[in-house]
Amino acid sequence: MSVNTTRRVMLGAALAGATVLGSWLPAAAQETIKVGILHSLSGTMAISETTLKDVMLMLIEEQNKKGGVLGKKLEAVVVDPASNWPLFAEKARELITKDKVSAVFGCWTSVSRKSVLPVFKELNSILFYPVQYEGEESERNVFYTGAAPNQQAIPAVDYLAKEEKVQRWVLAGTDYVYPRTTNKILEAYLLAKGVAKEDIMINYTPFGHSDWQTIVSDIKKFGTAGKKTAVVSTINGDANVPFYKELGNQGVKATDIPVVAFSVGEEELAGIDTKPLVGHLAAWNYFQSVKTPENEAFIKQWKAYKKNDKAVTNDPMEAHVIGFAMWVKAVEKAKSFDPDKVIDALPGIEAPNLTGGISKMLPNHHITKPVLIGEIKADGQFDVVSKTDLVPGDAWSKHLDGSKDLIGDWVEKKCGNFNVKSGKCGGA
Amino acid sequence: MRILSSLLRALALATLLALQPGAAAAQGGDDAFARFGADSFSDTNRAIEILITSAHPQAAPIIEALAEGRLLAGGGPVVIRTTDGRFIDARTGAALASAPPGLAPVRLNNSVRRGIQAALGGLGLLDPDTARRILAAEAVFKSRDAALLPVLEGALAKETDARAKAALRQAQAAILVAKADAPPFDRIAAIDVLRERGDQDALATLRSLPAESSASLKEAQARAVSDIEGKLALWRAGQNLWYGLSLGSVLLLAAIGLAITFGVMGVINMAHGEMVMIGAYTTFIVQEVIRTSAPGLFDYSLLIAVPLAFIVAGLVGIAIERGVIRFLYGRPLETLLATWGISLILQQAVRTAFGPTNREVGAPNFMSGAFEIGQLAITWNRLWIIVFAILVFAALLAILKLTPIGLQMRAVTQNRRMASAMGIRTGRVDALTFGLGSGVAGLAGVALSQIDNVSPNLGQSYIIDSFMVVVFGGVGNLWGTLVAAMTLGVANKLLEPYAGAVLGKIALLVFIILFIQKRPRGLFALKGRAVEA
Repeated sequence: MSVNTTRRVMLGAALAGATVLGSWLPAAAQETIKVGILHSLSGTMAISETTLKDVMLMLIEEQNKKGGVLGKKLEAVVVDPASNWPLFAEKARELITKDKVSAVFGCWTSVSRKSVLPVFKELNSILFYPVQYEGEESERNVFYTGAAPNQQAIPAVDYLAKEEKVQRWVLAGTDYVYPRTTNKILEAYLLAKGVAKEDIMINYTPFGHSDWQTIVSDIKKFGTAGKKTAVVSTINGDANVPFYKELGNQGVKATDIPVVAFSVGEEELAGIDTKPLVGHLAAWNYFQSVKTPENEAFIKQWKAYKKNDKAVTNDPMEAHVIGFAMWVKAVEKAKSFDPDKVIDALPGIEAPNLTGGISKMLPNHHITKPVLIGEIKADGQFDVVSKTDLVPGDAWSKHLDGSKDLIGDWVEKKCGNFNVKSGKCGGA
Repeated sequence: MRILSSLLRALALATLLALQPGAAAAQGGDDAFARFGADSFSDTNRAIEILITSAHPQAAPIIEALAEGRLLAGGGPVVIRTTDGRFIDARTGAALASAPPGLAPVRLNNSVRRGIQAALGGLGLLDPDTARRILAAEAVFKSRDAALLPVLEGALAKETDARAKAALRQAQAAILVAKADAPPFDRIAAIDVLRERGDQDALATLRSLPAESSASLKEAQARAVSDIEGKLALWRAGQNLWYGLSLGSVLLLAAIGLAITFGVMGVINMAHGEMVMIGAYTTFIVQEVIRTSAPGLFDYSLLIAVPLAFIVAGLVGIAIERGVIRFLYGRPLETLLATWGISLILQQAVRTAFGPTNREVGAPNFMSGAFEIGQLAITWNRLWIIVFAILVFAALLAILKLTPIGLQMRAVTQNRRMASAMGIRTGRVDALTFGLGSGVAGLAGVALSQIDNVSPNLGQSYIIDSFMVVVFGGVGNLWGTLVAAMTLGVANKLLEPYAGAVLGKIALLVFIILFIQKRPRGLFALKGRAVEA
């Protein structure tokens, strides 16, 4: 108890500093429109979220150079929820009530999203959520610009089954909601495709797991059944580095047992020697190595903004790029910053993604995205080996019993969990 | 009549080509070279096949270049970039003055890599170098490419080296087992060869026996599989034990510094993990400096980092002790809060200075890879960490038992006032003790940089484990820390295969809670006056 309280007090003190920093940001014209940025700048998630804050600042700066939105300059309000889930809700409330932001771009983990949900509902504001997640959700106030499971996990499994002829599957993940739900969906999907139960191994590890010796040798053992084996990894965050190091050390090569990861991007690979990992895969909707004019311009802009020639770009950054462009367009279409009008205007809005297509906001508040499979190269980048057409995001998985009849539709049905069988809103 | 003449012509052409293998190769090769330029993985795979089957004279260098990303194509001629940066026409092997414009390295994916592996296996079987022949045989063992059987048998007949012979025989067995039209007797013999090999790869090969095989064959296979599985189960028990010792050594390294600051001095030091982190970042800086100014020294980077990490973390520790902790002796709650605050400050300071992302600390050559004892794969980095942990433990024990400062440390912790009366400057000893504990934590950071993330959060993940080890082992007892670390490591790793990583850890924590109920002072409780002090 006392430790916990102190922790909050101390975090609070640290945060006060961060918030002050945030409010220093240039407040140009008198009438500015505020945009909230809710990403952890300290604590465990800072590793992933800090760059997202920078991307948002860059996008807002860029938009202001173009004259702002509806003739008004935008102003970023940065807060630091410090990887502390309850603090996310507090900071969200502060952004909406005190700073009166028109929209918030933020959150990374599903826990943080779930923690701010009630706040956004109660105060009726808009959240753009840029990270791939487990699905099974469609909220009026949230726009999901990251991938739903059918935009990442399912196509990745299809690729392995088709191109690598995989018949035996290890589903390895960190023990929390995203991997558990994703693996549940994948297991149902694989079983439905005729994979035998004993050809699926599911393994969970705690957050920040660092001793992977046993699990990697278990995977090796599982791979000796005479059938092609692959690992589908939903291992999150920092635990990936020791996992990949152990794979390299124990000599698990991609040509024998490929690992396809859903949470490993350019940013995560920056901390490892990638030579032993060449050929392992990742599934995303964006890779830095994609060669399109849009992407090259974005990378150039980002490197210039960060004043670092080695700065990398990744998938959630692209999601913010798309989400921000959609928000701007929706505001222009609604001719208002009023959340209700913008929420109604958003479905149907189209914005170019960085891989050469046009993404569209769907009535279930998810977007259409292409699915890319990339192989890790020796320089820590990905070589795209497969790319699908635009896939519409499913809020509710078609492969789970509880959710296959549900759809999210905020345009006609005005409902996030409409049951097509019973014709009623509310899940059942 | 016409049919006959064209048939004759074809026959003549075939004879001609047979007499001039070069001509045939060039023709087959043409197709291959066009395919390299097509930028499609299936075309690249087909090109490799064509090169091999047409026995193109340049096949070996081309495929090697392809494997290493040095084969350039893009519509026009296919070019090899040699390792020293020159360019060669892939088809003829003639040197080029410069690379034609518009060429890009031929891309690889896993199926192409497997194709390359198999091809290099086929090409290397007759290599004069024994080591390469063994590698090639291993590659064939994995690819089980039945087309290579004649080459393999030819190589086997010529082979003189015993190890290469064994490898070739195993590769031959792997092909025969799966080859439905091979004589049954040969296939049963092949199963025996695989059984002798007895590792996981052999098991995988045996299990891939086609389902339509004869009953006797299946019986032999089942026997071989259960035989290998029995042996492997034993090896796995040994492996779990090894993993346990390895985890134990990591726990020992993380906890041993705490055994000094918490165990000997009684300071609840929540910033202990950050000392480990500082050690890891010191290693990172050392490597950065070496990379930019003296790349030749890279293999010694960890050796150089060891004393530096000790000094840096030790100095930070002394500063913390002099600046904060000395005002808080005898007030454990305030110490806990203050050191927790310090830990947050240090984390954020490092995050600001180095950025929130992971930093790459490379592994020197002697710490990369693994070697095998029987079926037990031992990774070098884990082995060296165990050795390092034992060395640190021995050194610390020696300092405490054999040096004057160690004597003073023990005197001060056992009876401060008496020690002070005997002329020991207790304040200085306190600072040095805390510095020693912190410095040792810095040493742990050097080792942990090899297996974990070097990020500002590094320390947090070890602080709980460290306290667990010290409390379990008995506060104030170094040997207790050693036994506790090894016990917890081995118990954790023996539980993990059955209970999974999450439940295993919970089970262990429950066990410790129960144990502490029974023996509040841990495994090795200190007796005598020190307990009351």
